[in-house]
Amino acid sequence: MAYMGEKDGYLVTERLVKRFDEAVAVDEVSLSINKGEIFALLGSSGCGKSTLLRMLAGFEKPTSGRILLGGQDVATMPPYDRPINMMFQSYALFPHLDIWENIAFGLKRESLPKAEIKQRVGEMLDLVQLGPYAKRKPHQLSGGQQQRVALARSLAKRPKLLLLDEPLGALDKKLREQTQFELVNIIEKVGVTCVMVTHDQEEAMTMAGRIAVMSKGRVLQVGTPEEVYEHPANRFVADFIGNVNLFEGRLSVDEVDHCAAVTGIGEIQVGHGVSGTLNMPVAIAVRPEKMEISKEQPAVDKNVFRGRVKEIAYFGSYNTYIVAASDGTRVKITEANTSRRDLSHITWEDEVFFWWGDVAGIVLRD
Amino acid sequence: MAKLSIPLPGRRFVIGVPFTWLVLFFFLPFLILLYISFVDMGNDIAPFKPIWDSDTGLLKLKYENYLSIFRTSDGGPLFQTIYTEAYLRSIWYALCTAVLCLVIGYPFSYFIARSAPSARPALLMMVMLPFWTSFLLRVYAWKGILADQGVLNRALMFMGLTDEPILMLYTNISMLVGMTYVYLPFMILPLYANLVKMDFRLLEAAYDLGASPFKAFWLVTVPLSKAGIIAGFMLVFIPSLGEFVIPSLLGGPENIMIGRVVWDEMFTSNNWPRATALAVVMIGLIVIPLAIYYHYTGDAAEPRN
Repeated sequence: MAYMGEKDGYLVTERLVKRFDEAVAVDEVSLSINKGEIFALLGSSGCGKSTLLRMLAGFEKPTSGRILLGGQDVATMPPYDRPINMMFQSYALFPHLDIWENIAFGLKRESLPKAEIKQRVGEMLDLVQLGPYAKRKPHQLSGGQQQRVALARSLAKRPKLLLLDEPLGALDKKLREQTQFELVNIIEKVGVTCVMVTHDQEEAMTMAGRIAVMSKGRVLQVGTPEEVYEHPANRFVADFIGNVNLFEGRLSVDEVDHCAAVTGIGEIQVGHGVSGTLNMPVAIAVRPEKMEISKEQPAVDKNVFRGRVKEIAYFGSYNTYIVAASDGTRVKITEANTSRRDLSHITWEDEVFFWWGDVAGIVLRD
Repeated sequence: MAKLSIPLPGRRFVIGVPFTWLVLFFFLPFLILLYISFVDMGNDIAPFKPIWDSDTGLLKLKYENYLSIFRTSDGGPLFQTIYTEAYLRSIWYALCTAVLCLVIGYPFSYFIARSAPSARPALLMMVMLPFWTSFLLRVYAWKGILADQGVLNRALMFMGLTDEPILMLYTNISMLVGMTYVYLPFMILPLYANLVKMDFRLLEAAYDLGASPFKAFWLVTVPLSKAGIIAGFMLVFIPSLGEFVIPSLLGGPENIMIGRVVWDEMFTSNNWPRATALAVVMIGLIVIPLAIYYHYTGDAAEPRN
């Protein structure tokens, strides 16, 4: 929670709450987002991320709390007065207007001189490389082109804040990978502060500088992609971002530089200290790719356990094994196929050893 | 491909039935109308003469039936006959009716389309409910409301807003009230069907880009409901143009509409050729706006995504 409550951000939400009747959609969210940053709100559907975004855009009125943009409270401003523009999930391009008119729509509302509108629409068309399509109607463009029009339209007014609602959600998988880099390039070129909403962790991790993981209206952790992946703050984040094995147990050793917990599969050593008391319930999180698997006893003494292979899945670049530990806990282990060891001899129902270094595990208290 | 040919007779049948119906009961009668409009007036027994000259056996088209619509027989100025006046008056009142229906119907349709989906069937039902009562009864009811001693005047006098009854019945006002009332559902239904499909996110996008609610309505909602506006306008305008019953029951005696003129030519003057010529010209007046309408709905039928 290192960034929460910070007051010097460009966009700051202070204890923002949105209630729909009795249901709390957004629950005391305090965020601080820096100027020029791409910030992602990540969570599954119904976690409140879209409501939060809609409050930033002005489509929903906060029940309580403040939204500060560049020091100015915009929470009660109607959407058409906010210096904030949004790229909608389904783009919401005006079907009766051509591409040029779509991009010019916002500029015309500012009553800019005609020549300036023309110049700025031209700039935007160049930015998203759609100059030749200016006179087409939205339905005559492909999904990827429509997305670029939507981006150009939301950037044309030079907003102080750009909102992206599931920016790649309407594209197919192949196009998505290519587009996400393109999108980041354009946003960084313009240098606009950007808040995006996504349910796709991969999208959030590749595009955003920092991520806020949300669940049930609350922000559970804010951090860089690396931080939330390597140091998840709690069970939910560990489980939501990537794959993880969670071993439930009780704290048995609590030293400054290391600790251990007794779990169903045995005592697990962890190479970092933890603030807590002995015997308190904890979970040890270990990522599948940080685990090793072999039929031979490894030459290490920490965190070595035995199990029986139950499932093997071949993914090309890596293999995934599901191993049943001595107490029946199913452990997921992935091995990259670049491994020098020959893994092909491991097969169903084999007795195997699996182990990991003590720095791989993380103690989770929540 | 053998299987594909099986539905074909069915398709022919489905299209063929209404097609035959239209040919038999619309196109052929129209040809008869057209025929009568080009012949001489007859007598009491045969209201029109054959198109062939009885002496020479030659085809003889009598254009005078049409010419006399636009110019009096004594060679007066063009377009200054009671017929052209009646046409212009009919077009004017049909336009007024369509505009009034649009002005009243648009907010109505918008309201229904924006109401909760569960409330919409009930609201639509209220629009259609008057159809359950006879059309004539409903028009007569307006007589009771608008008459000098009618409901409205009595209410106004009771409230002290006026001392004497205001003349409302048998004026242009009462005629327009009646026509607007009768044709309003024909405006509301196509507008509703159009507005209910409107993507609300487009309005949000407009707000987001700096458009006030009014601007967003004017720049997004209205253009996107163009097809509905045109459909409703045509559905009101076309039947209003030839409307006979409402002007007769509610309109003033001085304002003769074209429907009434055709009736008089047919049954009072017994001049069938001129009555049919008047009807053919009116069909022309209707077909032109219809062609415009189909031109626009054809545009609207283009895929949007």
